[in-house]
Amino acid sequence: MSKISRRKLITTGLLATAGATGLGAAAKLAERYGLIPPDAGVLYGAGETLTYAAQRLFARHSLAPEFARSQISKDPFANEVSPLGAEFQRLQQGGFADWRLAVDGMVPTPVSFSLAELKSFPRSSQITMIACEEGWSYIAEWSGVPLAHILNLVGALPQARYVVYRSFQPDWWDSIDMADALHPQTVLAVGMNGGELPVPFGGPLRLRIPRQLGYKNVKYITRLTLTDNLKQFGKGLGSAAPEGGYAWYAGI
Amino acid sequence: MGTITPMTEALRPRHPALVRVTHWLITLSFLALLLTGVEILISHPRFYWGDTGNVNTRPLFKLPIPSSRGTVPTGYGYVLPDQNGWSRYLHFEAAWVAVLTGLLYGAFGFFQGHFRRNLLPAPSDLSPKRLASDIARHLRFRRPSEEEAWSYNVSQRLTYLLVIFVLFPLVIWTGLDMSPTFASVFPAAVTVLGGRQSARTMHFFVSILLVLFLLVHVFMVYLAGFWNRVGAMITGRLAKPRERA
Repeated sequence: MSKISRRKLITTGLLATAGATGLGAAAKLAERYGLIPPDAGVLYGAGETLTYAAQRLFARHSLAPEFARSQISKDPFANEVSPLGAEFQRLQQGGFADWRLAVDGMVPTPVSFSLAELKSFPRSSQITMIACEEGWSYIAEWSGVPLAHILNLVGALPQARYVVYRSFQPDWWDSIDMADALHPQTVLAVGMNGGELPVPFGGPLRLRIPRQLGYKNVKYITRLTLTDNLKQFGKGLGSAAPEGGYAWYAGI
Repeated sequence: MGTITPMTEALRPRHPALVRVTHWLITLSFLALLLTGVEILISHPRFYWGDTGNVNTRPLFKLPIPSSRGTVPTGYGYVLPDQNGWSRYLHFEAAWVAVLTGLLYGAFGFFQGHFRRNLLPAPSDLSPKRLASDIARHLRFRRPSEEEAWSYNVSQRLTYLLVIFVLFPLVIWTGLDMSPTFASVFPAAVTVLGGRQSARTMHFFVSILLVLFLLVHVFMVYLAGFWNRVGAMITGRLAKPRERA
């Protein structure tokens, strides 16, 4: 073996080792700083990871644009909802007086709130756009309790990394990371355009998260579960969306 | 016979390696973006202007095609299967490949003189008379001489510059405008185009221009000798070196 090729071999070996170590360290760091989405392992997970990581690095605290009252859509579209069943009808007939929001998981003690209690909490309102992944959109005024307020109230443990939220619709659940859960515009909406939140639009309780597409804004919220590990929910992909082929993160 | 010896000339590749690699990466990602873009489009084949628009709104125009959503009134009695899940995943993954490849190509083009040398037209070629005769030559669909295979003509240069510096940046910009998180970071990038729905409508039209470019581009390659030109974009070599021309 000549001197040059040996030197080349050593340099290449060192570079390869450094490269592999670097990549390994980058992956560890990305995991540590929450830059890897729970559906990173699916077929097109690489692109999804780049999008999520880029938006977490450069857009953690950005605010969704707010619009003027005059820009509120006169013709919002609620989208279709599968039948909600007899139990929902019973609750609706009772003015949702028996509607409960349970909060469990990484909290000191599981608690639940009635709709009246939720409505007595400090409200925030926003005039923001909701955009569906299909391409359509509308602007509305939403009012509700900031999710951060609920998380503070129940004493969410600092180890919690995600909030899993469930709908009254049995197979409908989703989750968001803490950056979104504590974001000031993420609210549990109870009102829309000055009135109660209509049932077709998710009433009595909808998670409103204006920096993500419509499908993350789950309707009829009944339960919040704080966790540090999404693997134990469903197929471990973070929400029902990836199980149906859609991305967990919908900031794009 | 020029001052360069045929030997040196024969060794020089027609396209630099970086141009060849980025050309095919962009080709692959563009085809993926096109296919998935059509799939996403059919879930709502209606277009609007401004910030908002939905099935309750009068559209600017709608495409006379069936939809993959039952909520869209199309006049067709059936609904196409929903392909948006994987289409969206792949659309954004391919967009990352296209943008990163485009940045690499752009850096090469600027710093290695590729844009200046190979794409910037000579000022003398820009006279209306020269331009008109070059366009007329293209419209006659005449097979170009082998001599011409070594350089881009003026219409070709202007078209490539338009695609690289106008259409690609526009399609990326209008695409990014549809990301709610991007809009939260750069709201002005959306409002300056008239709103989210305006950006979506422009995204559609710019994509159509890019598809038109693709069709004309492939047709011109066919006229010039398909396998010879495609081979040159893969291996860097033209089948017939210049000294035999």
